[in-house]
Amino acid sequence: MIQASTYTFRILRYDAKEPGSGPRFASYRIKVIPGLTVLAVLIRIRDEIDGTLSFRSSCRSAVCGSCAMVINGKIDLACRTQVATFNTDTIILEPLPNFEVIRDLVVDMEPFWQMYEKIQPYLIRKSPAPEKEIPQSEEDRRRIDQFVNCILCACCYGACPVLGRDPDYMGPAAAAKLERFLLDSRDERPADALSAFDHEKGLWGCDTLLRCIDACPKDVRPTDAVVGLRKSMLKTRFQRLLGKRNDEA
Amino acid sequence: MIVEHDILIVGGGLTGLRAAVGLCDRFSVGLVSKVYPIRSHSIAAQGGINAALTNNPDSRDDSWEKHTFDTIKGSDYLADQDAVEIMCREAVPIVYEMEHWGCPFSRFPDGSIAQRPFGGAGYPRTCFSADVTGHVLLNTLYERAVAKGVKIYPEWFVTSLCIEDGQCHGIVALDTRSGELIPVRAGTTFFGTGGYGRVYQHSTNALINTGSGIGIAYKAGAPLKDMEFVQFHPTSLIGTNILMTEGCRGEGGYLLNNQGERFMQRYVPTAMELAPRDIVSRCIQTEINEGRGFDHPLGTYIQLDLRHLGEKKILERLPGIRNICIDFIGIDPVREPIPIMPCQHYSMGGIDVNERCASEVSGFYAGGECACVSVHGANRLGGNSLLETIVFGKLAAKAILEDLAGGARKAEEKPLLKLRDEVEKKIRKLTEPGKEKPYKLHAEIGVAMSEQVGIFRTREEMDQALAKLIEVKQRYRDVGVSSPARHMNYELINALELEYMLEVAHTIILGAILREESRGAHFRRDFTTRNDQDWLKHTIARMGPDGEPVLSFKDVVITRFQPMERKY
Repeated sequence: MIQASTYTFRILRYDAKEPGSGPRFASYRIKVIPGLTVLAVLIRIRDEIDGTLSFRSSCRSAVCGSCAMVINGKIDLACRTQVATFNTDTIILEPLPNFEVIRDLVVDMEPFWQMYEKIQPYLIRKSPAPEKEIPQSEEDRRRIDQFVNCILCACCYGACPVLGRDPDYMGPAAAAKLERFLLDSRDERPADALSAFDHEKGLWGCDTLLRCIDACPKDVRPTDAVVGLRKSMLKTRFQRLLGKRNDEA
Repeated sequence: MIVEHDILIVGGGLTGLRAAVGLCDRFSVGLVSKVYPIRSHSIAAQGGINAALTNNPDSRDDSWEKHTFDTIKGSDYLADQDAVEIMCREAVPIVYEMEHWGCPFSRFPDGSIAQRPFGGAGYPRTCFSADVTGHVLLNTLYERAVAKGVKIYPEWFVTSLCIEDGQCHGIVALDTRSGELIPVRAGTTFFGTGGYGRVYQHSTNALINTGSGIGIAYKAGAPLKDMEFVQFHPTSLIGTNILMTEGCRGEGGYLLNNQGERFMQRYVPTAMELAPRDIVSRCIQTEINEGRGFDHPLGTYIQLDLRHLGEKKILERLPGIRNICIDFIGIDPVREPIPIMPCQHYSMGGIDVNERCASEVSGFYAGGECACVSVHGANRLGGNSLLETIVFGKLAAKAILEDLAGGARKAEEKPLLKLRDEVEKKIRKLTEPGKEKPYKLHAEIGVAMSEQVGIFRTREEMDQALAKLIEVKQRYRDVGVSSPARHMNYELINALELEYMLEVAHTIILGAILREESRGAHFRRDFTTRNDQDWLKHTIARMGPDGEPVLSFKDVVITRFQPMERKY
């Protein structure tokens, strides 16, 4: 027999359309069987206790990136977090930091997408497309693997201390995406493509505190991207100093 | 406020994005999606996309013709053969195109796109990126849409489709962020809204896969096709029903019963674990029904054993599967077999369209899982759905460009405003106090569908499901949600979607009752064989004047492959 235990869920509630009522914690007591995820509990709360609770969800299998939030102080996806893994019967849920709250656990992702779009997140080619695939070695494919795995859930963005003090900083996810293309053996963006991020709001903004790595549910290491991209920028600067053409990919 | 576009695309998954990318250079295109496009369910596809590239050393003499034959045979001869030919021929350039746009496929040592074996295929022709193929394809197409500056309306939920006098005029949408109801006027509307998995209690599908797009089109007057054909995937994780890709078996995984027996030997000794999905699902369900499953508090299961593949191969080819197993059931497949059960996975049926994705309504098109061309017939082969989404997104764009060669269609504002007022009224009623909660009705119909319109079907059980459906439809009139606030009110969206889910369920049940034969995924215990004499035809469901589905039939297009017994 599976034993259910009673948990208290304290959820930070706020509605930007009613700023007067201010943020507040609402408590819900609910019986949980082992193996149940935070998302499953949220759905039950909305269904059975309080239909006004707002949160995003979709795949419930940690691939779509909808349900990032703060769970007992730790940023993670609600769908892959099991309630029983915490050594307490109280679970506190808060919206992802570094974003404006729209309602309850739903935050305004627009700044995140804007930063994503800024880095030109697509393969740039100058060579004409071959008849078949552009060849890529297994090793070259492996180099981009961790960055390809990013699901754009913004856990890293929420965890980033730099974004906490400077909302104009590009953030870890955009850096990881940029590195995903720069490291791709097929990408032919100009060598000075990084110059747009060669400043404190860009790649030099990172404090390398590794919080993003800790927060990522897919084992992506955005700090690796930042470090790699900084090296590339320095390389370009040296080449420029030595008078080399700077448009070589 | 009213939004206007020449072409409106609903759905931000692979089909919708591919159509948008193909149209945005020539016309004003708007793409409406109820989630951020990158959250669409295409992201969850794991195993791969079929194309006869002949990269695998074992597939040197593969061809698009052989892919066509495998698909038609897999469909139990219900697919329209002209459409299958188009899809399989287009597969090769589509995969190259996605690769050229940056899709990071896994590679063979010679630098070519890697291909693995999949069920029902004569050759290893499934191109993949580890076990996250949908993820990389959707990211690539979204990146393409960003590069092209496609206008996207994220988190807009479409409430209704506007069809008047056989012409489509656009949609009414709820901007979930502002809570505003917004009519979108467009002379051409394309639906790529995905499948209806959530009509079933047990489904591998995302929570957003309610099939509301299919129900919306049906309610507006567009007919549906072959709704009784529902794919049950052989291997979903017990409890959560998260998909365990067919790639697990493609890479060599075994299915074992509680005797430790590779039981597929008894059923399909040649294809074994790589028989098509309908067959493998029935074999697993039979093992479970006959007491050869394993007991578990979350349900009876069968083992999917990957251990003999070794840690290296699992980490390289199936890393996502391993992570899901660890996160969701605390099992590492490197060391332990995965507990699986079959469950709903895919909708073969959908909005009735031709191979140009055109419906019978002028200005209304549909593609991907929400549509039925039909390229999958009675059973879809693994690796053909990702293919279908992109191919028919592209072909829909081509067809729309042809149809609009003389300029964009005009759409009327008046019927759209009238429709908005109707939706307004409907929402007002739903937000009044009511004694029924949407989740309860949803759960009840889900159980009926999973238990009574599932892998094995009988008239008696389906009659019970139908009675349940009629009862739930009745009770739906008393649904009330907790808050009249319209912004980010997910309970309200659930209530709006439930109406369409019930319509979808209704067409599935009636089609399944009517079809007195067994074909592909539709298996009747009371009519156990295929009957080409009477049933080699598509089922068409349209909403009758009294709101009940009216069923009729349409011929299957047969070009070069005469139906024969389907043996593996």
